[in-house]
Amino acid sequence: MTITINHFLVVSFLLFSIGLLGVLVRRNFLTVLMSVELMLNAVNLNLIAFSKRLSDLTGQVFSVFVITIAAGEAAIGLALTISLFRQRRTLNVEEASSMQG
Amino acid sequence: MTGAETVPGALLTGAAGWAFVVFAVLALGTAIAVVVARNPIHSALFLLSCFLIVACIFILQQAEFVGAVQILVYAGGIMVLFLFVIMLVHQRTVKDAVAFQHQWDIAVLFLIAFLLPFLYVLWTERFPAIASSPDAFRAVRGRIAGNTQAVAWALYRDYLLPFEVASVFLLVAMVGAVVLGKRSAERVD
Repeated sequence: MTITINHFLVVSFLLFSIGLLGVLVRRNFLTVLMSVELMLNAVNLNLIAFSKRLSDLTGQVFSVFVITIAAGEAAIGLALTISLFRQRRTLNVEEASSMQG
Repeated sequence: MTGAETVPGALLTGAAGWAFVVFAVLALGTAIAVVVARNPIHSALFLLSCFLIVACIFILQQAEFVGAVQILVYAGGIMVLFLFVIMLVHQRTVKDAVAFQHQWDIAVLFLIAFLLPFLYVLWTERFPAIASSPDAFRAVRGRIAGNTQAVAWALYRDYLLPFEVASVFLLVAMVGAVVLGKRSAERVD
C-alpha cells in the first residue's frame, strides 16, 4: 500500500470535520473542548505529513508549538468549565446564554 | 509491485502503508466515538486512545520526538486534567437530556460547505516533486544524530523567539487558569 500526501490530507480532513461537528452539535461543554483538541490533532497530522513530504524539519517544530498551544487552551477551557459549573450548576452550553441580546 | 520505493511523492510504502491505513481507521473510529459518546468519561477515554493512535502515525512519519511529546503532553497531561475536571463536576448533569443540540441540519450544511473547497484543492493541486532525503529528520550539521537532537537544533537556533513566546504563553495560561478557577467569594473589593 503506497501512501501519498493525499491520503494524509483526507484522513486529516475527516478528523478535523469530526471535531468541528462535535463543537457544533454537542451540548456538553467538556465534550466541546475535547472536540477542539481533535481539531488541533488533525492540524498536527497535516504538519507532520507535509514535513515528511518536503523533507523539512520545520513542520515538526511547529507541531510542537501547536501541542503547547493545545495544552494552554485546555487549561484555560477547563478552568472556564469549573467556573461555569460553579455559577450555573450545569455544563450545558445552551444554558450559558446570558450574553445574547 | 516493483519499484514501490520509487513512486514519486510516496510517504509510506509496503507494510508501513498498511499500518497507516489501520491507524487511520482506528483514529477516525475513536474520534467518532468521542463525539457520539454520551458519557464524558467515555469521550475522554476514546480521546486518549485517539491521541495514542495519532502518536503512532507520527512515529511512522519519522517524527519520533513529536510522537513522544504527543504521548507525554496529551495523554499524560491534558487527559489527566480532563479526567480530573470530569470527576469534579460529573454528576447527574450529563445523563439526563439529549446530548446533541437541535442544530444538526445547520452543522451538516456547514460541513458540506467546508468539504467542497477541500475537494477542489485536493483534485486540482499537484504538489511539487521534491527529492526526499531519508536523513532530513536526523541530521545535525551534516552529521547523523537523532530526531530529538535535530528538532532541538531547529527549535533553539531557528525558532528561539517563538520558543520563548510559547513559554510566556504558558505562564499566561497558568495564571489565567488559577484566576478563573479561584472561588469568586474570595474576591476582596
